[in-house]
Amino acid sequence: MAARALIHVPKTAKKGEVIELRAMISHRMETGQRQGVNGEAIPRDIINRLTCTYEGVEVFSAELFPAVSANPFVSFYTVAVQSGVIVFTWIDDAGAKQVATAEITVS
Amino acid sequence: MPWRNGWRNTLMKLQSRRRVLQGLGAGGVAALFGTSPAVGQSAPPRVVVIGGGIAGASVSRALRREDPTISVTLVEPSTRYTTCPFSNLVVAGLREIATLQFGYDGLRRAGIDVVHESAVAVDSDARRVRLRDGVEFTYDRLVVAPGVDLRWDAIPGYSESAASTMPHAWKAGEQTILLRRQLEAMDDGGVVIMSVPANPFRCPPGPYERASLIAHYLKTRKPRSKLIVLDAKDQFSKQRLFTAAWKTLYPETIEWISLSDGGRVREIDPSTKTLVTEFSSHRADVANIIPPQRAGSIAGVIGIADQTGWCPIDPVTFESRLVPNIHVIGDAAIGGAMPKSAFTANAQAKACASAIVQLLRGADPAAPKLINTCYSLVAPDYAISIAGVYTPRNGLLAEVDGAGGTSPIDAPAATRAAEATYAESWYQAMTREVFVR
Repeated sequence: MAARALIHVPKTAKKGEVIELRAMISHRMETGQRQGVNGEAIPRDIINRLTCTYEGVEVFSAELFPAVSANPFVSFYTVAVQSGVIVFTWIDDAGAKQVATAEITVS
Repeated sequence: MPWRNGWRNTLMKLQSRRRVLQGLGAGGVAALFGTSPAVGQSAPPRVVVIGGGIAGASVSRALRREDPTISVTLVEPSTRYTTCPFSNLVVAGLREIATLQFGYDGLRRAGIDVVHESAVAVDSDARRVRLRDGVEFTYDRLVVAPGVDLRWDAIPGYSESAASTMPHAWKAGEQTILLRRQLEAMDDGGVVIMSVPANPFRCPPGPYERASLIAHYLKTRKPRSKLIVLDAKDQFSKQRLFTAAWKTLYPETIEWISLSDGGRVREIDPSTKTLVTEFSSHRADVANIIPPQRAGSIAGVIGIADQTGWCPIDPVTFESRLVPNIHVIGDAAIGGAMPKSAFTANAQAKACASAIVQLLRGADPAAPKLINTCYSLVAPDYAISIAGVYTPRNGLLAEVDGAGGTSPIDAPAATRAAEATYAESWYQAMTREVFVR
């Protein structure tokens, strides 16, 4: 997919603290409902799924639809349970994946 | 006729009807006006204007020009106005701020009663404006042109006091000078950061003109320095022209970070001059925070601003959609497709004045055609422009297709230099017409 993904994960947190995670991927989110200059339909091409795992446990997932804007931005909250890796995965209509990871230290 | 058009409107309509009736015989007229002693001896119509910026000063003059019998009172606390147009030149050290400052003697010479006070309340039923000193004026029509206020609550950490270290410079004056002094004091190799809000805000191309002229200053005087523009948008006015010019003139100096690159500033720490975006943070040596805006605060007090913070208007008369007999022009109004510019303010003022004159005569104002032109300087001898024509459509001011345009994307240096002289000519002509003459 080779899109640019940006994520925000706090570097440190206290155990039990509610933390905000943010993710944005640059993607045109082509709806499939537009026509090009020659009148031909422009094929749909969107990110249709975003998941987030925390030390292998899924803490968030979303299905995305054509009405979602270009460069979709998502923010959500989870609880800091342990130090580890947080992985965001975006999947597009062609099944291509984009992954971004960050580490968090929980004390 | 709706009651809200008011007694004067009613009177005018009756008077014009009387002229028709006179042709039919005087008896009917006597019956109609037998109990109305005011006819023919009424006081001249009175318009009060709140706000002495480009919009308010222009509408005051236009009213007097179109109908010298109208009594016009302009309420403006400041005795000296500093124009936002060309203030980016002051920031860049290319112009003295005194050349952007104008008093109100010219308006007084035009027969306008200029009162240097703040309006604090409006009783729209009694049609009365109250000033801070307690003086009250009644009006037949009120024009409110309060410009913008900065939304101090919009970016956590930013505040009126933070603006003394991280200036907005989005109202010309002391803030403009402060930003200039900070740039002068900065060491070569420093980082300047601008934060630019989402639409709508005053002067859509303004941040990019400012970025260009700051870059010009840095490139010529402090060449190891850098300018980062953190933007809450992906698209902006004259973008192709600005981007092309930056690539040519300031490739090493300007870095523009768009919304989709994570450019939206969500928090500010004034103690360290740090700007926090969604995904990173940036420390500045000089920070220029242009915060989100809304209509000047008196609009909220009067109740003519809606939940957006701006004032919905009828695009033909500029009458408020929320409070009758009050017109809103300039940056505070929801101008539809029309950008919040000085040229727009001046054009809306003239159209609004014509509409008010018609309404006071009991006539129906015609739909206006409005023009906006906006020059942006990218360097002292390099300007680009955009122009548009607007007319009411579906209750809003909409752009007339095919009537406007921008400077050509591929143009010789002579064209850019010529546009820089046009910009100067426009500024001189506009300020002379509005303030000096």
